[in-house]
Amino acid sequence: MDHFPTNWGRPRNEAVDLYNTYPLHLRPDNGTYGRPKDSFEEGVQRTRQPIVTGTSVLAIKFKDGVIVAADNLASYGSLARFKDIQRLHAVGTHTVIGAGGDMSDFQHIQHDLDSLIISEFSEGDGHALGPAEIYEYLSQVMYARRSKMNPLWNSILVGGWKDGKSFLGYVDLIGTTYSASTLATGYGAYIAQPLLRKAVEGRENELTEEEAVKIVEESLKVLFYRDARSLNKYQIAIVNEKGVSISDSRIAPTEWSFAEGIRGYGAQTQ
Amino acid sequence: MFRNTYDSDNTVFSPQGRLHQVEYALEAVKQGSAVVGLKSKTHAVLLALKRSTGELASYQQKMFRIDDHVGIGIAGLTSDARVLSNFMRQQAMGSRMVFNRAIPVNRLVNMMADKAQVNTQEYGRRPYGVGFLIIGQDQSGPHLYEFSPSGTAYEYYAMSIGARSQSAKTYLEKKYESFEDATLDELINHGLHALRETLQQDKELTNLNTSIGIVGPRGESEKGTAIKGGGAFRILQDDKVDVYLSRLEPKESTTTAAAPTGGDEDVAMDD
Amino acid sequence: MTSIGTGYDLSASTYSPDGRIFQIEYAAKAVENSGTAIGLRVKDGVVFAVEKLVHSKLLVPSSNRRIQTIDRHIGLATSGLLADGRHIGNRAREEAENYRETYRTPTPVQALADRIGLYVQAYTLYSSVRPFGISAIFGGIDKEGPQLYVVEPSGIFYGYHGAAVGKGRQLAKTELEKLDLPSLTVQEAVFEAARIIHLVHDDSKDKEFELELSWVGKETGGLHLPVPHELWVEADKRGREALDEDMVD
Repeated sequence: MDHFPTNWGRPRNEAVDLYNTYPLHLRPDNGTYGRPKDSFEEGVQRTRQPIVTGTSVLAIKFKDGVIVAADNLASYGSLARFKDIQRLHAVGTHTVIGAGGDMSDFQHIQHDLDSLIISEFSEGDGHALGPAEIYEYLSQVMYARRSKMNPLWNSILVGGWKDGKSFLGYVDLIGTTYSASTLATGYGAYIAQPLLRKAVEGRENELTEEEAVKIVEESLKVLFYRDARSLNKYQIAIVNEKGVSISDSRIAPTEWSFAEGIRGYGAQTQ
Repeated sequence: MFRNTYDSDNTVFSPQGRLHQVEYALEAVKQGSAVVGLKSKTHAVLLALKRSTGELASYQQKMFRIDDHVGIGIAGLTSDARVLSNFMRQQAMGSRMVFNRAIPVNRLVNMMADKAQVNTQEYGRRPYGVGFLIIGQDQSGPHLYEFSPSGTAYEYYAMSIGARSQSAKTYLEKKYESFEDATLDELINHGLHALRETLQQDKELTNLNTSIGIVGPRGESEKGTAIKGGGAFRILQDDKVDVYLSRLEPKESTTTAAAPTGGDEDVAMDD
Repeated sequence: MTSIGTGYDLSASTYSPDGRIFQIEYAAKAVENSGTAIGLRVKDGVVFAVEKLVHSKLLVPSSNRRIQTIDRHIGLATSGLLADGRHIGNRAREEAENYRETYRTPTPVQALADRIGLYVQAYTLYSSVRPFGISAIFGGIDKEGPQLYVVEPSGIFYGYHGAAVGKGRQLAKTELEKLDLPSLTVQEAVFEAARIIHLVHDDSKDKEFELELSWVGKETGGLHLPVPHELWVEADKRGREALDEDMVD
């Protein structure tokens, strides 16, 4: 009820348009007085799930380096959308990162780190960011974003080499960080991590590069059999004294004849 | 009122392309008592002469710790120095927080220089009236920088700033080639000799008016003292400097330093 | 017409009756009194050389650089007020990053010179700031090949095959004009640059100097880097020798 007598008996009220008689651009629900509607007036909506996703990343330390591996698949829900996505990225000379989770967020992180490396390069003073420094920076970024309720939807492994020592760290979308001699993200944290631990723990200073590659490839293969969002096409990054080298994509030969006997998979008689 | 038409503010170039206000700010540095800095392969040290306003007053603070690996000695307006050292501390802590890295000394010094440059270009500001000697160590070893109000920072083997610093500079230029392989104690000894050159004739270095800043591993005369991280910045004063003062060679009485000109007792304005 | 004492030369926001802005000309004076900087745009890259005047023997050589890196592929040599040079360098790095963030591709040198030109020009408009006492040589390799630009205190910029700013610019320009720059390689240009810096340095008037050299080209993988030490030593030596031969002539 309008208690202003001067308004009584008037056909229109600028603020209320009971009969939808106003020209469109003046309708109250289009924003009052020609003001555009504020799409966010009911509250801000944030990312609630990743869209195009990568699955596990695996990493282990070995005698004179670190190995990080990830497959080439980016899924759109359960659809195997992109089969040639690189999920490993070199940062500076002796650090590599591998990411699971939202791939566009990961690409944003790659650009951010590339910018960081360029500004470090342009100082031209011989100081360079090592893996520990890049890991700290990335962790701060991830935690700051989650604290703004706007996380970068990834879990990331950082591998590197500096001053004769290997480095391996994990950081995820809520800013959790930890280090270990074997790390795995996503589904790999359940399936591959126990295998990696069994093969690596206590032998970090004995394993050769060939052995390390074999351990990781075996684990990737296990993941491919059990993780429906994975692919048998993958890349492996090695970081050692010489720097980062990321392999071309490799395809793991797989065996599916046993599946014939699985109900619901092969040609079933019943 | 002004010495010339072009010196009233810092947004005016003189016809020769000079900035008089900046040049006058450099004079403000010379109003402060001297600081000497020098470095070897392993250490960098600062030595400063502290003034006191009277018998009942304490001696001024000439050195500030910025971070574990960086310290400064100042000459000029102390309040400006406190603002800038606060800035440096923030930058140093920022680097530790974001990168888990002690900030490289050159970058810290350049950040401050860049900040000071703005004050030489915009109306309504004045250039900072303070000069710094900065010592620090990082991955590339010990360093010594001089920061000046013009917004520049240079790296030196040895340097001095402040009142009568030219005398100390003369000493350093004569001896600097031997600094590289000097021990910490030798380095401090050279520094004290240089600092002594800046004194007025009737004055002496005492444990009240001398402070010493060091980065680098523990020296011969520091036995028994705890030093963080095997070489963090530390300031020695009072009885801690006695041992170094006692090693000074007696002053040569034959050298009669020329009396300074100008109003202030230890400022040479015609420099 | 003389500028001094007229009152028309005290602010960048004041024209003189004949349409000049003296503060910009005075800023250019700051450049003219400073150590020479040159840039050579050649067949396969760009070479920078600077005559870094050494005001004290206590300075640590090869520290205190006057050539800066702006982006992976772009270098900057300045002549004039050192602190202003760092200001321009910082701004250029920001612009380069901004360009990269916007277009996701390395900054073309011309785009950078254009942006810095606008920035420098803004400092010639107001009485509340002074112009930059800097001439800045930007150089690098982009999609179009080797590029070289000079931004002056007025904000104006031109592209060059060979550029020289600072004290010895006249003599340096004469020397640069004698070279067939587009057919030189960066390897050859390094020696020419070193020779020119040695030649224009005025022993009788000036203190000691240190030769500073940097390059960007195929040899450096497209990166702007200081010239390797051995090459620097050789170039410095040959530059000195060429000077002695000149004396004999």
